[in-house]
Amino acid sequence: MGHGNYEEAKKLVWRGCLVLAVITLIEVAVSLFQKGHLVPGMEDISAVTFGAALIIGALSIYKAYYIIYKFMHMAHEVPGLRMSVLLPVLLLVWGMIAFFQEGGAWGKRRAVIKERNKMESEKSIKPIGMLLEKEQKIFTIK
Amino acid sequence: MAHDTAVHDEVHGHDHSHGNETNKELWGGGKEPFKASYGKLMMWYFLLSDAFTFAGFLIAYGALRFSSPSWPVPDYVFSTAPFGIHNAPLIFVTFMSFLLIISSVTMVRAVQEGARENQRGVVFWMLLTIVGGAGFLGCQAWEWNNLIGKECMTVTRNPFGTHITNGTYLNVDGTPSSDADDKFKAGGGFLIHRAHLGDHGGGHGHGDDGHGHELTAEEKFLEAAHASLSTQNLDMDNLPETGMDFPGFHLNNEGFIQRKFIGDNGVAEAQAFGPKSFGALFFFITGFHGFHVLSGVVFLIIIMLNAAGGIYVARKNGYEMVEKIGLYWHFVDLVWVFVFLVFYLL
Repeated sequence: MGHGNYEEAKKLVWRGCLVLAVITLIEVAVSLFQKGHLVPGMEDISAVTFGAALIIGALSIYKAYYIIYKFMHMAHEVPGLRMSVLLPVLLLVWGMIAFFQEGGAWGKRRAVIKERNKMESEKSIKPIGMLLEKEQKIFTIK
Repeated sequence: MAHDTAVHDEVHGHDHSHGNETNKELWGGGKEPFKASYGKLMMWYFLLSDAFTFAGFLIAYGALRFSSPSWPVPDYVFSTAPFGIHNAPLIFVTFMSFLLIISSVTMVRAVQEGARENQRGVVFWMLLTIVGGAGFLGCQAWEWNNLIGKECMTVTRNPFGTHITNGTYLNVDGTPSSDADDKFKAGGGFLIHRAHLGDHGGGHGHGDDGHGHELTAEEKFLEAAHASLSTQNLDMDNLPETGMDFPGFHLNNEGFIQRKFIGDNGVAEAQAFGPKSFGALFFFITGFHGFHVLSGVVFLIIIMLNAAGGIYVARKNGYEMVEKIGLYWHFVDLVWVFVFLVFYLL
């Protein structure tokens, strides 16, 4: 604001609108491609789904950068302010690694329990204890 | 305070050479840390803390999704739009994203006009921003209404399931269906419909929406299921606790029709409800974001009225209040980028 020519700044804003709109359209297209809506069968290729997820994630982060730097004028703030707001966000990287790892472990655990329950019911041994009974209820599809 | 700063500037000129300032000058008061006003600085830190709240929600979504053997397919869940549009994956939410992007752009324009003390410009662009925000809220209200009212999703119930094996659906009489649309692959999504016995026109709109289109295999099945249920004279409010079993489907105690299918293992099973946490996560996270949009719109209206009333003209600080609400509004757009990513795109 107040930086440079007013007419030029106005133009930059509409350019920003175009950039965000086009990136959003690309994201939606990649997502539909990933789910097999554009080319059938793509949803079964794990390399495609993984790659598409990476592309969409990277584009979203670019959009976030664009909004913060161009629309919220973070570029015009002093480095101290910039760092004190942006650096703490890096903690979330650790949060994501830790919790996604944990979520995956819960998933594996559930699969193990399901498998074990199946084996036990095949041996026609009744599960003993409250917890097992409860778990079996959850994983038996009515 | 503003006066002190002005005096300071006169003493040092505008060459930004603060290197030779003594400690006394720095700590003498009237100097803004990070060269940002108190209000703006605190808005940044509020937004930082808010970002952590949203990140906590979204990371919880990720952890629960990874822990679940199946998860509703978003492009299947969010494939309806107003005016009876079906099978249009992500189109409506993309429109919602555009509304927020455009309102963010009009907000930047309002801040620019504020910087050059153009009162009319500020009010005009803020008004457009408010229209965009209100439009977004309207779209979200429609989306929620559709999910709750038509598709029967609640915080504790998720009728959107995902197939975990390949298979073929059964007809109402229990024989395997020969319709090609009744074959499915693992990973495909399905919606468990609630039977609408007794409630006239129950809002499901399947088969009786008057569009005269050819019925899908699913719609044909639901019609046949309803026909067979209507002969039973059931009291929908007092169904048996374990539900009722029919050759081609299971009617659970809440009146949902869970279709039966034969999977890869050759055993007939009924459709299972999707992971419960999906409904809770969806309503809490999009609701929390919607609440931000709502409070943003309220603040925008207040500040627009103040601007129109000339309050900020007297302050002569380049409409800083508009700048601060602008930061908040861009943040709402920023959060939507990630809500959109996590809920709809991935």
